[in-house]
Amino acid sequence: MNSWTGWIKGALAGVAMLGAGAAQAAPVEINFYYPVAIGGPVAKIVEDLITRFEADHPDIKVKPVYSGTYPETISKALTAYRAGQPPEVAVMLSTDMYTLIDEDAIVPFDDFVKTDEDKAWLEGFFPVFMVNSEHDSKTWGVPFQRGTTLFFWNKDAFKEVGLDPEKGPQNWDEVVEFATKLTKREADGNVSRWGMQVPSSLTSYWLLQGYVAQNDGKIADETGTQTHFDSPEVVEALQYWVDLAHKHKVMKPGVIEWATNPKDFFEGRAAMITTTSGNLTNIKTNAPFPFGVQILPEHKKRGAPTSGGNAYIFNGVAPEKQEAAFQFVKWLSSPEQAAEWSIKTGYIAAREDAWATEAMKAYVAEFPGALVPHEQIPYMVPELSTHENQRISRVIDDAIEASLTAKKQPAQALSDAQKEADRILEDYRD
Amino acid sequence: MKKTNNMVVPWLLLLPATVLLAAFTHIPAVMTFINSFYRTPRGNRPARFVGMDHYADMLGDPVFMAALKNNAIYALGTVPAAIALSMLMAIIVNSAIRGRALMRMSFFLPTVLPMIAVANIWLFFYTPGYGLIDQFLGLFGFHERNWLGDPDTVLGSLMVLAIWKEAGFFMIFYLAALQQISPTLSEAAALEGTSRWYFFRRVTFPLLMPTTLFVMINAIINSFRLIDHVIVMTRGGPDNASTLLLYYVYNVAFRFWDTAYASALTVVLLAVLALLAFVQFGVLDRKVHYK
Repeated sequence: MNSWTGWIKGALAGVAMLGAGAAQAAPVEINFYYPVAIGGPVAKIVEDLITRFEADHPDIKVKPVYSGTYPETISKALTAYRAGQPPEVAVMLSTDMYTLIDEDAIVPFDDFVKTDEDKAWLEGFFPVFMVNSEHDSKTWGVPFQRGTTLFFWNKDAFKEVGLDPEKGPQNWDEVVEFATKLTKREADGNVSRWGMQVPSSLTSYWLLQGYVAQNDGKIADETGTQTHFDSPEVVEALQYWVDLAHKHKVMKPGVIEWATNPKDFFEGRAAMITTTSGNLTNIKTNAPFPFGVQILPEHKKRGAPTSGGNAYIFNGVAPEKQEAAFQFVKWLSSPEQAAEWSIKTGYIAAREDAWATEAMKAYVAEFPGALVPHEQIPYMVPELSTHENQRISRVIDDAIEASLTAKKQPAQALSDAQKEADRILEDYRD
Repeated sequence: MKKTNNMVVPWLLLLPATVLLAAFTHIPAVMTFINSFYRTPRGNRPARFVGMDHYADMLGDPVFMAALKNNAIYALGTVPAAIALSMLMAIIVNSAIRGRALMRMSFFLPTVLPMIAVANIWLFFYTPGYGLIDQFLGLFGFHERNWLGDPDTVLGSLMVLAIWKEAGFFMIFYLAALQQISPTLSEAAALEGTSRWYFFRRVTFPLLMPTTLFVMINAIINSFRLIDHVIVMTRGGPDNASTLLLYYVYNVAFRFWDTAYASALTVVLLAVLALLAFVQFGVLDRKVHYK
């Protein structure tokens, strides 16, 4: 009997030692969930980056998992987290930070930042991008891919109506004035070209935020618990947007799809458009006419929205895996890689030192339009980000859609939205 | 011994199916029902019993009310139209006309295509200005319309797509039923000199009633169940004008992560479907058979 138990103990010890030995020799494996929200061979670019990272860090193995759109990515990551199998790293919307914190799904970066080099890396990001990454004086995510909106115009159309093709409108009034000239009505009243188009399907709050910033207002507090949808600055901003369609009649009424907006521009059906900076390459490749691109026109001041994804490290995985995940994120968002990612995808490099790399300088020299988002950085405001963000952004999107389709007056729609937001956020206020 | 054996064998035979059904249908359904009385647990907030609160919230939830209304319109619009169209198509392809195989195939084709693909194709059809529909209507002097961007037309646009997609599938059932009808009936009717419309109204249509009941139940269930095109084409917009019940449930559960409220919504959805099925089977079933 004794010899039996002894044998079993010995065997178990042997297995345990084998296991420990294997753990030391084998590299730490981490899963990396990433969404694709733009065109282009993103999967290929990611694979390429990971191959180089693994060559630099033989002790870490990264398994890239393409996880669909942004909403699909957070759905998958949270479902996996609830099932006890979270990915180590995921790229998700910066505005989902509060949701992830409320779910206790992510860990702050502060615990991993130890050396001076780490600190310098963390401080290198543009502050405006960090607002959507910090909460309670901790850093919960780092900017990975960020965007903004830019203003594009058709130079041929400008020439046709006697405007200077090299100069886009600089303020709200000029936009209306130019757009009125550019809107082309046929004899039967059908409009064959709209002066101005702003997309309004899905996350339209993003564009409203630009107008609100230019109107010197604020759509929400940075605490994530208070929105200001019914403030006069927000109401005026939405009113201006709605007026483009219904009062000045220079924009297509109803909801304008993100995808059809650049297409309308290429087809000559919209002479000026606002769209995401992620469309720069698309427009450069597909516009059959010379086009101009500039930062957004001002009103009381300049202003522009930001958007995009953070890299987050998950809770509930082994510490050595989290450490490996940190090394990976740090490498991925260091200047060289940030510049490369920006050049290949069209996202804005989120750190100043990335813009100083040789690769970036060469790219900007070849395609000056790429510099416009950088020019806009000083005027950018943080994106709307609250607790239960998906729900709050849906509430404000609905209000914008109701106003643009003339179902409600902007003031009424926004006051309804504010009441609904208050009801949702009540639980999170102290 | 022998007696227990007799009891054990049938249960063993039922076991695989029972386990699968219980694990994937019955237990989740019961859990959903229980969850609907609790508040959603968050990382740092446990679930709390709230009784009927979620159900009370629904009454004051404008999006839920919009979804309910939209779904009612959607079902009332698509179900009769899909039934009428599929019956018509079945009668056409059942008659001895040339190119019958080609017709059958083309009527059935929409059913074979995945909804996601279909929705993407129709997204282009509905594009304002240069989409297929606007280009076609433009020939007759109509102005461009923002079909999916206007709350007044968006639901109708989705309904047209749904009818087009569904009708081909139901046609198959009608075709099978039509071929079951004995040719002696039409011969007898021809001898009596009945018109084709009269024959259809008094003979064919009543004989098809059991099929119609079956098709109607399926069509109604589909009108609550199929939302792929909503996700692809409108995401419920503008301003919830095309939000259907199940799409709202999906949003609440997997975008807002309020799983408890989503459970309560699911219970309501199930109750609506159960009620409709009960009415159809319980009441109509007695009247559909031709005696």
